[in-house]
Amino acid sequence: MQSKKKIRVLIAKPGLDSHDRGAKVVARALRDAGMEVIYTGLRQTPEQIVETALQEDVDVIGLSILSGAHKALFPRIMELLSQKGLTDVMVFAGGIIPEEDIAELKKIGIKEIFGPGTPTETIIKYVLENVPKRA
Amino acid sequence: MEEIVKGVLAGNRRSIARAITMAEDNTPEAQKLIAAIYPHTGKAHIIGLTGPGGSGKSTLIEKMVREYRREGKTVGVVAVDPSSPFTGGAFLGDRIRMQELSTDEGVFIRSMATRNYAGGIAKATKDAVKILDAAGKDIVLVETVGAGQSEVEIIKVAQSIVVIHAPGLGDDIQAIKAGLMEIADIFVVNKADRENADKAVMDIQAMLQLNNKETAWKPPILKTTALTGEGVSQLVKKLEEHRHFLEKEAERKKSLLRAEAELVEAVKEKIVNVVIDELKKEGKFEELLQKILDKKIDPSSAAEKLLSEKLKKAAHNA
Repeated sequence: MQSKKKIRVLIAKPGLDSHDRGAKVVARALRDAGMEVIYTGLRQTPEQIVETALQEDVDVIGLSILSGAHKALFPRIMELLSQKGLTDVMVFAGGIIPEEDIAELKKIGIKEIFGPGTPTETIIKYVLENVPKRA
Repeated sequence: MEEIVKGVLAGNRRSIARAITMAEDNTPEAQKLIAAIYPHTGKAHIIGLTGPGGSGKSTLIEKMVREYRREGKTVGVVAVDPSSPFTGGAFLGDRIRMQELSTDEGVFIRSMATRNYAGGIAKATKDAVKILDAAGKDIVLVETVGAGQSEVEIIKVAQSIVVIHAPGLGDDIQAIKAGLMEIADIFVVNKADRENADKAVMDIQAMLQLNNKETAWKPPILKTTALTGEGVSQLVKKLEEHRHFLEKEAERKKSLLRAEAELVEAVKEKIVNVVIDELKKEGKFEELLQKILDKKIDPSSAAEKLLSEKLKKAAHNA
């Protein structure tokens, strides 16, 4: 039986946050939109996140961060992704990220940043429209 | 695709990941890929772990992987979770308890949704196991959702099956109904630090005693506390024992086949000796050969006629 290509998404929480409600809400919403969502749990290092993305062969990574460490952790994640050849994975982010950091994060390859209060429909629509097409 | 096959056989993680995706998406190429790697499978010990939700499977697997790693073995893990029958989506959260293993190069963990297949085992699971086997993993662990009786599907994938239970998960008897009871090679009562652990062991024992079928392997019942790792090394040892048992069993079957071939050969020889020698003694052998040459009878009919006479005589003498 031929099954349709499923969108696989990794929802990851880098750094030392202690709660993950937002990440779980997004994970749940994407799941309900028919995607396969892998959730890593709290306190992940960039190495763990990228290695998980590789093993799970995901199309999309959603990073959630509240600790303010995004400027240190996100570039490291993007660097590791390109080191491992995972350049065709789309990365988006969410959480507490100040307006003035957004341009910089986009420059290193984060495709979109969703602030607090973003409706989940917006995120679903964005993922569906921007998921990388695979050969 | 050849690139991916080569990568898988070399144990390249990216290639393994891609190959499993191909198997999951069931692309036409996936079949070719499996065919290409198939000759390289058969070395790994494939272990299925199943049991009801909340019995602590993921935590136990994490500890098992650590134990195998201490022994220097490489491990593949396939963690299967259900897809939503409504949206087709899935939430795959079993990695959470294994995240620390993610960066260990000797470990490859893959989450897998059941997609449309019932029974807790996606068709692709079998392929994923083959891919990890071909990639050189010594041990492949397959974890499936504890959906009860439908879990028996795992027997089609694994060589050794561990059924995990935990005290206090509803009715102990309910949780180990016929299907699971029959497929288990090893029973584990996890969360053995809880007060009802011994009762759970006794319940399983009682169920096993009702099973009056004689089997060469008696499923042991082990107690573990995955959280602390207690009992995990005993479990790993038991699994090794079970693997040896399977090998011996396979060896025994091979010996049987060999014995059969020898016996058939010996019988043939004896019959030829008895029949032909006697014919020669009676002087009928040449006569029959002449008949065949003269096309009065064909060799096959001649043999049949001979044998029926001779065997009748033999049976009479016996």
